[in-house]
Amino acid sequence: MTRPTGRSGPTRRAVLKGGAAMAGAAAFPAPFVHAQDPVTLRYLSTAVNQSPAIAEKASEELGINIEYIAVNTDEVARRVITQPNSFDLVDTEYFALPNLVPSGNMKGMDAKRIDRIGDLASVIASGTVEGEAVGWDGTAPHEVLYLGDQTATSFAGEPTDWITLIPTTYNADTLGIRPDLIDKDITSWASLLDPDFAGKSAILNIPSIGIMDAAMALEARGDISYGDKGNMTREEIDFTIEKLIEAKRDGQFRAFWSNFQESVNLMASGEVVIQSMWSPAVTAVRTQGIPCIYQPLDEGYRAWASGFGLPRTIDGRKEDAAYEFINWFLSGWAGAHLSKQGYYPAVLETAKEYMEPYEWAYWYEGEAAEEDIYAPDGRLLEEAGAVRDGGSYAERMGSVACWNAVMDENEYMVRKWNEFIAA
Amino acid sequence: MSDTADTIAETRGNRVSARARRASRREGHGAAPYLQAAPMALVFLVFFLLPLAATIVVSFWQYTQYSIEPAFTAQNYGEVFGGCLARLPDLCTTFETYLSTLKFGVIVWACTLTLGFTVAYFLAFHVRSLKVQVIFFLLCTIPFWTSIVIRMISWIPLLGRNGLVNQALISMGVTDTPLEWLLYSDFAVVLALTHLYTLFMVVPIFNSLMRIDRSLIEAARDAGASDLQTLTAVIIPLARPGILIGSIFVLTVVLGDFLTIGIMGGQQIASVGKIIQTQMQFLQFPLAAANAVILLVAVLAGVWALLKLVDIRKEL
Repeated sequence: MTRPTGRSGPTRRAVLKGGAAMAGAAAFPAPFVHAQDPVTLRYLSTAVNQSPAIAEKASEELGINIEYIAVNTDEVARRVITQPNSFDLVDTEYFALPNLVPSGNMKGMDAKRIDRIGDLASVIASGTVEGEAVGWDGTAPHEVLYLGDQTATSFAGEPTDWITLIPTTYNADTLGIRPDLIDKDITSWASLLDPDFAGKSAILNIPSIGIMDAAMALEARGDISYGDKGNMTREEIDFTIEKLIEAKRDGQFRAFWSNFQESVNLMASGEVVIQSMWSPAVTAVRTQGIPCIYQPLDEGYRAWASGFGLPRTIDGRKEDAAYEFINWFLSGWAGAHLSKQGYYPAVLETAKEYMEPYEWAYWYEGEAAEEDIYAPDGRLLEEAGAVRDGGSYAERMGSVACWNAVMDENEYMVRKWNEFIAA
Repeated sequence: MSDTADTIAETRGNRVSARARRASRREGHGAAPYLQAAPMALVFLVFFLLPLAATIVVSFWQYTQYSIEPAFTAQNYGEVFGGCLARLPDLCTTFETYLSTLKFGVIVWACTLTLGFTVAYFLAFHVRSLKVQVIFFLLCTIPFWTSIVIRMISWIPLLGRNGLVNQALISMGVTDTPLEWLLYSDFAVVLALTHLYTLFMVVPIFNSLMRIDRSLIEAARDAGASDLQTLTAVIIPLARPGILIGSIFVLTVVLGDFLTIGIMGGQQIASVGKIIQTQMQFLQFPLAAANAVILLVAVLAGVWALLKLVDIRKEL
């Protein structure tokens, strides 16, 4: 067997890498397994992270089949803890790690097998952007990125060769507003609790995230100053919930939302004019032709990050394929694909190679779009001249104030949150 | 292969039922009733009793953020009722939530009963031909052709701040600012629940009404009873089993509901189901199980009280 038969994936990938590589690939046989029997990786994550285009491209270039298992955020964690053999690759948020890693169901990833381990974005690897530390309140990814050894059930304090999650996407969240229905400047998280928007604001009914948005607002209003918003003491939780109940009784909130689509509907229908929101939800409102701004605020952003992890049970060919897929994921095409939806990828340099210069300038450098900006699926996102809300990568990620988190007092917090809902 | 298996199963089935028939003929009653009940009993055992037993067992376990461990502790129950005594006369979360859920239960029960009885009465006594009855009955079930979520969500564009109802009211000059309480309010929850569950009242009440011997009504009239007297003294007492069954359906469904209350209440209204869901999201399974057991006890107590009102076995 001197030439690859069946799938010509490896050769096609080489085309993208350049002519010289292609000549090499033609002479070099593809790995035997690909030609014979493609590996299928069961990819567990929320539906938002599962782009059919990425699966298609991976199958084309690597000969690896990606079988998406779409569940909601909580179910991802539940599956990892209860059924680690039901998937081969998990894409989950860093803030879930303090729950997942102690369960012993995650397998540390060997940094030596990740080609671009040294190129990971600094905000994930060390909590810095352009050398400056961002806010580390909550579960900052660099604090939970490393394990002492492959099967460790606690985190290593310093960089090691064993990685918990290799980043897939991350972003900075802020408030979404309807500029057409609001006639003042919004510059602070405190606006979430502004009586002018009574009956027209909303927060998430996902306790761990909702309480941090509330904390951002209360701190901005000057009610309290937290030690760590992402890891409150019982007194801080009590105070926060008490203030939330007050606001609720005063009719501040129109509704709470718990999934992407609900937040889009609340905003698009005008039921709500200001609420905590996710970036793609803002895009979804805007593509309906309704003005919606992802408003940068003085106090900074609440950030989140998601990444690939391996289950304890993976080995052999599947494990090799998982590493191969992750290396491909970091090699640029997928990063560019996600960037064009407004997410940030793990390795910026490679994503840049797969983007047009005007796209890069719009998404990463905070510059006005020279041409119309299209989503990967061909929808028009912005017309020429538009500037991304919040500006450049460095401005947005550099202004992160806190990260999504699971608190030490999580259980107490959930109980108090239920009190808030019942009040 | 599967053919043979089928044949074997069939002959075995025949043999069993033949034997059962012989047995029952011999003794009048024997294994046959048990065999007949067996499939249902098995389904109940596997899909109801076992999970229920598991829930009860887990409700006494301990948990951390990432694990649950076998134990025997009442801590979870303690936590559910945490602070309930200390906070009196203010209600604790659990009582407040149950009270709110119970309030919806009662209001929705009253609404569905009134509507359901009226519809069933019309179908049973005013529609003469069986064909028309069947057609009307099918019309009642049309809302059930789509999913519960769709039926609920379709209220939102109707009742919203910029929804059809508000637009109509404003254009008619009834009000100049949109009515906010139409959506994400107690009203919206009651409306949606009534809409969803009235049929559960209609069906059993209709069934009861159809069994009423028409000559009784004629007798009442001959004895000089007015229409109202006939209704309250003859028809309603005879429709009691239907009303009761409908009430059980509606109350149990409403007490366990969290989807409707969540969506129509803008998630600002608490429900026991939502609390359980939140706890499951945070992997607090034992706590959620304890809550589920308490909810079950509460619902069973309600059903028991209803059954005390009517001896349903006798009436059926």
